[in-house]
Formats: sequence, C-alpha cells, structure tokens
Amino acid sequence: MTVRLVRSVVGLALTSAILAVIMYRLNSPLAAVFELSVCSGLISVIFITTVSFTQRISKERLIIRRKERLLRFLYLPFIIIIAGLLLLRYLKIPQFDLPQPAQVTDARVVLWSLRHLDLLGQAIIIIAGVFGVVVFFKEPNK
Amino acid sequence: MAALFILVPFILLLILNLPFKFLKAPVAFWLSAALFLTQPLLVLIHPWFAWSNYPAALSRFLIFKLWLDPLALIMLFTIGIVVFVSLLVAKSTITTERRSFNFINLLLVSFIGMNATVLAADIFSLYVFVEITAVAVFVLMAIEKNRFAIEGTFKYLVLSMFASIFILTSIAFFILAAGEISFAGIHNAFLVNSNIILLNFAVALFLCGLFIKCGVVPFHGWVPDAYSEAQSAVSVLLAGIATKITGVYVLMRLFSSVFVLKDSFHNLIMLIGIISIVFAALAAFRQNNIKRMLSYSSISQVGYIVLAIGCATPLAILGAVLHFFNHAIFKSLLFVNAASLEKKFGSTDMSIITGLGNQLPVTSGTWLVGLLSTAGIPPLSGFWSKLIIIIALFNAQRFTYGWIALLASVLTLAYFLFMERNVFFIKTEAAPGDKGGVPFSLKFCEILLAAITIGVGLGFPFILNSQIFQLKGFLH
Repeated sequence: MTVRLVRSVVGLALTSAILAVIMYRLNSPLAAVFELSVCSGLISVIFITTVSFTQRISKERLIIRRKERLLRFLYLPFIIIIAGLLLLRYLKIPQFDLPQPAQVTDARVVLWSLRHLDLLGQAIIIIAGVFGVVVFFKEPNK
Repeated sequence: MAALFILVPFILLLILNLPFKFLKAPVAFWLSAALFLTQPLLVLIHPWFAWSNYPAALSRFLIFKLWLDPLALIMLFTIGIVVFVSLLVAKSTITTERRSFNFINLLLVSFIGMNATVLAADIFSLYVFVEITAVAVFVLMAIEKNRFAIEGTFKYLVLSMFASIFILTSIAFFILAAGEISFAGIHNAFLVNSNIILLNFAVALFLCGLFIKCGVVPFHGWVPDAYSEAQSAVSVLLAGIATKITGVYVLMRLFSSVFVLKDSFHNLIMLIGIISIVFAALAAFRQNNIKRMLSYSSISQVGYIVLAIGCATPLAILGAVLHFFNHAIFKSLLFVNAASLEKKFGSTDMSIITGLGNQLPVTSGTWLVGLLSTAGIPPLSGFWSKLIIIIALFNAQRFTYGWIALLASVLTLAYFLFMERNVFFIKTEAAPGDKGGVPFSLKFCEILLAAITIGVGLGFPFILNSQIFQLKGFLH
C-alpha cells in the first residue's frame, strides 16, 4: 500500500514536471517555474510525509474499503457533469481589463535574477523534507 | 542587513550538517541557543530603519527584496524569544541525542521560515515561507511518533492543504488582477480600483486559507489535537509563535497595509473573531486536560487579535500587535508550566494532578502570572493589550463587539481559576506519582517569561513611548 502511494506521489511530481514544460512552451516561464518549484517540490514533500503516516491493512479490509469508497463517491461524476453543464449555460464571466504581466522570456532570469528568496526557500524545503524522511523512516518507531 | 535574519540561520543549518563527528546535539544546542537569543537582543539594540542599510561589501550578496518595518521587528523579537524557550524545553524533555539533533535542525528550519515570512515583500514569497514553516512543524509535531500526535499532525496537514489550495488560487487571481505580486503592486491595484471584483474574490479566497491557518472557529478542528498531543517543546513553538506567524501575522500584515477593503470584509473578520472568543472560552470549560484547555484558550485569544484586525482602526491594529506579542509570551509560559507538570507527574490530566501548590512553587507562581495576564488582569501585560482593543472597538462605535469582548475576559478568568484551583490548591489524599524534579531549564523559562509578562505590564507606558519598537508609529 505504502509503495503504491509513494509511486503515485512520484507520478504526481512527474505530471507536474510535464505540466511545467507545457507551461514553458506556452510562453509562461514564470508559471512553469512556480509549477516546478511548488508542485514537484513542495507538494511532493508534504505527500511523502503524509504517506509515512500510513499503515498496512489486511486484504479483507482493503476490499471492504474499496467498496465503501466506490459507493461514497458514486454520485460525484454526475454532480460534476451537471454542475459543468449548468455553469456553461448560466455562468457569464465578466470581461476584465487585465494588466499585462511582465514579459520575461527566459525562466533562468526568473529563477536567478527575480526570485532569489524563493530559490532559497526551495533549498530549505528540500532540507526540511530530508529531515522529515530521517525522522519518519530512519528513527526507530515507538 | 535584514537578510541576515534569514541567511545566518540557514548557514548554521548547513554547518550543523557537515560530516564532522563533533557536530552533535550538544554543539547544535549551544550554537542554536546563541543564535535564537541574539535575534531579540539585536532587535533591541538597533531601531528598525537601521536594518535597511547594507554595508557596501555585503550588498552584492544580500540581494533579497525584503519588507522591514516596526511590525516586522516586533515579530522577529517575539520569534527569537519563543524559539529560544522551545529549545530549552526540548533540552529537558527530549532524551535521545539523535532525536534532539533532528529536533534542533527542524527548529532551525521553522525559525528561518518564520523570519522569512515576516520579512517577505511579495505575496508569493510569503506563501512559500509559510509553507516551509508548516512543513517543519508537521515533522516536529509527529517527532514522538505516538498515535495521538500523528492523528493531530494528520488533521493539521489535511486542513493546511486546503488552506494552501485557497491561498495559491488567490495568488493566481492577484497576478491576474494586479499584474504583479509585490505588496506595493497589489496595494496600488486596490487604489486604482480597476478589476476590483477579481481582487475581492482573491481576498475572499485568501481569507478562507488564513482562517484555517489561524485556527479560528469554525476552522479550529485541528488546534486542540495539534497543541495538546505534540511533544511539550513543540506545543510551546506551535501555540506560542508558529501558527501565529503563519496565520495571524499574515492576516495582520495584509489586512493592515496591503489590501484596501470594503466594510463587509471587516465585518466578516470581526464576526469570526468574536465567535472564536466566545465559543473557545466556553469550550475550555469542558476540558479535563490542561494542554487542551490551553489550546482552547489560545483559540479564544487569537479571536481577540482577529477582532482587532477586523476593526482596522490604527488603535485596534496597535492593540492587535501588542496582544500578539503578549499572547506569544504568556501562552508559551503556560505551555512551559504544562511541560513542567508533565515532566514531574507524567500527565497533564486535571483529574490526576491536583493540589500541587506547595510541591512546585516556581511553576504555580509563574502559572498564576500567565493565567492572570491571559484573563487581562492589571497590571500584567495582557491587561493593556485587551484594554486597547476594547477601547478601539468602542471608539469605532462597535459597542456590541466591545461588550462581548469585555465579558468574555471574565469567562477566561473563570475557566483559568477553575483550573488553578484544581491543579494547585485542592488538597487530595491520593498524591500523584512523582516522576522526578522539574529541570532547571524549565524553571529558567518559566521565570524568564513571567518576568517579561510582569515587566511589560508594569513598564507599559515606557514601552509604548520607546524608540525600540516604535509602537506609536501604528497610531499614524
């Protein structure tokens, strides 16, 4: 269970990385950097920390839980479809005269010249993640 | 020079993790203690404007754009004191060297996160460092790895994720509406008044996230579990400063000097504040565990700060800043007292530990100082900040809020006196099992924090007029 959860976190991080590439290709280097730093870095650390809290469960309970989960969320796709149709029909997004964001063509400029503090933050979050792993995985359990 | 508040602890963190054998828990303890204590001392020595000047030799390296004002300096002062106290508490409550070393490193990470949150000059950096503080705190909370601590951490983690979603989405809307993310840019966007619908929507989302981070009612579900089940030193850090910086300070910073809002937002914030004050004070009565009672008390006191931020007059903001500082000190004091009781008797359950007045004179004396200050009894520090908040509410014609806030102080006094009577003054035949004495480091923390509470209370007029904190600056 834990291995599968960790795999899914890694998958999420990879998806974020691909999304960051797409954003970069869409001429949004700033958004790409944010996506890469926050979703691939920060969120993955939080998820792995969460995964470390999980425990193994028996196969019987796993089957029961899967059934319960399916029943609990059975109505969700219908709600989403109906809500989407209603929004399409009735929601009129007002037109805003939005300011042009600063155009920076190179993500390296964003990273190394504009967002020094966030870069430092990224380094610190990695260190925090490392300590999280040490505390949860390397220290003996009570 | 303000960048040093972030860089020096970061460099210390790196040094402590170099592969040298002598870099173990005792060395880490003394170096960190010196660093944490230096911060409030430096803040006291140099006025806030002195920190904006960079020596030419350093200006090449200290390239961060930071936001420094008297409010930031008060926060840095408070962070230094509370983190120092948390470190001292950990010295006597965390026994294994390896765990102690990990604790100190994570404490340093949260220290950097809090300092950078206070000094951030744009809304995205603010978010990044709020999250860094939160991540360090998640790990610290679960460091003991017992079931209840992990349950408390999990609740905090899940709710914090929701808060992050709200805040991050809100930042996207700020970028869309204002074209930039610096505080000055967003403030100008409000003044220009174009795209005000988008800006207000962004503020509403940000507010939802902040309410969760502040732990105010009805977003308080994680607070009692998180504060009461965590290790004692982590309880001090969490209740004293960490959640206050990541929630209350951000609310204070953005709503007092960045956002320009309609009355409806102020009314909403005040409503949440007053509900927190009353609900949490009533809930505190029902608690049998000292740390859980203190947790509810903390929610109630945060309600006062939120109420004052919502009122938004200069006097109310002054009251909010003062109550923030006072609350950090006296709540830390009360949690250190709880740590002493836990150390001596292995429990904080009020049905087990009763009649301890004679056994723990320092703890019971400082406990009384802490609870009287929380209840707003003169001449202690909590009295002045609550008085200023209530006067500000009456001045702003918010009479209902003012009266409720005043009467809720009586509730606070009632549940604390009930606790005081049970724990320290009831004489029982069955004495609780003694598990050892209270260590000197805990007694030192109790005396230090009680001295600050009494000193700020007695010397309040001097502090208000002093050049150190420029508190009068909030009135203009």
